[in-house]
Amino acid sequence: MNVLLDNFSDFRAGFIGTLSITAISTVIALVLGVIIAGFRVSPVPPLRFFGTAWVTLLRNTPLTLLFLVATFVVPLVFFPGMSAYVLASLALGLYTSSFVCEAIRSGISTVPLGQAEAARSLGMSFSQTLRLIVLPQATRTVIPPLSSIIIALTKNSAIAGAFSVTELFGWQKALSDQGYAIVPIFLWVALGYLVITFAISGVFRLLERRLEVAR
Amino acid sequence: MSGVSVTKDAQPVADDLVVLSNVNKHFGALHVLQDIDLTIARGEVVVVIGPSGSGKSTLCRTINRLETVDSGAISIDGKPLPQEGRELARLRADVGMVFQSFNLFAHKTVLQNVMLGQVKVRKTEKKAAETKARALLDRVGVGSQADKYPAQLSGGQQQRVAIARALAMDPKVMLFDEPTSALDPEMINEVLEVMQQLARDGMTMVVVTHEMGFARSAANRVVFMADGKIVEEAVPDQFFSNPRSDRAKDFLSKILHH
Repeated sequence: MNVLLDNFSDFRAGFIGTLSITAISTVIALVLGVIIAGFRVSPVPPLRFFGTAWVTLLRNTPLTLLFLVATFVVPLVFFPGMSAYVLASLALGLYTSSFVCEAIRSGISTVPLGQAEAARSLGMSFSQTLRLIVLPQATRTVIPPLSSIIIALTKNSAIAGAFSVTELFGWQKALSDQGYAIVPIFLWVALGYLVITFAISGVFRLLERRLEVAR
Repeated sequence: MSGVSVTKDAQPVADDLVVLSNVNKHFGALHVLQDIDLTIARGEVVVVIGPSGSGKSTLCRTINRLETVDSGAISIDGKPLPQEGRELARLRADVGMVFQSFNLFAHKTVLQNVMLGQVKVRKTEKKAAETKARALLDRVGVGSQADKYPAQLSGGQQQRVAIARALAMDPKVMLFDEPTSALDPEMINEVLEVMQQLARDGMTMVVVTHEMGFARSAANRVVFMADGKIVEEAVPDQFFSNPRSDRAKDFLSKILHH
């Protein structure tokens, strides 16, 4: 009997689960990462402090612990009845946003200071300077580390399976409990992840090539 | 010692546009600006010269608060420089700045460089901004380069674009921070010519430079700085032919005879 064909609908559900949790967490991580990076280079001290605290807290906490807090503490205190899927996406997104923030900050520091000075002396506000002048020029430098971070996010999403979210890695546990041989299961799981991570690398390689031309 | 009084002959009594009073600034232990008093009238061209490290670039950068000061007051058109924020941004829009290293936006074309401030800060309509940008680029002689990126231009062309970018904001005063110091010798003149035209058109200008020829021909007043102080202020003829302070005599003897 074939483990994949026999359980294909479950496999597909797991694959789509991993894909969608990856997609949603990526969006959360990128949006928050850019905002927090803006905070960290902002001239306003409270914002800078908030940014530093955010990164320190989230980057230095084990992801499993964050998942625990998200699934068991957050619903109790803040949002009762929120689905495990949303909570897991949030935990993963917030965690990864701290890495995204630092990657973007490193990109920002590669843009010559004179660029921001010129923008400010034209009368642009801090956020205009960041949005229109600094971030667009930082993007190219940030692409390679970002691609690694998003791939790591994809693989980190496996932890969500332990918190009753349907995703690819969880499929493996269900089937090995049913007595299927473990090696073929893992091969299929690995293949599922490879499809997603290769797609991510491809997208980023494309981005990198596109941005190369623009200057 | 500072403030040898200025004699401005045949100058109409204009109102003061930029006023620095008792400005002090430190970089760590270095007292880079010491009790600076400087008043620049509307329409006046002031050239700041002095040995390197004398604080002249810093002085120029304090006027639009790219450098903060430790004490003293700076006002532009009667308004004191505000703290960092919207107020300051609005004020900076009225103060054009030209840098030694051009600082054109590397990811934007020449035309976009000149349009950006108009559209994003002045909220000018795109069409009008483009018309104005093209006119300014023609005026500084780089109209044919409008669609190139800064890196594709020579240094002299880039600096002229930078001047056009600053002019696009209709500034009340233009600050030039060593605008020709990063240029190859044969490109210096094309930039200086644009600046001289600007001076003839009545633009208020503060120019930090080592170009004594420009100081002689375009300046209403020369400010000589050394060691963070204004040592001497005079009209160019008087300053170059008959400097009063020993420090200025020494400086001029080194640069004028070689």
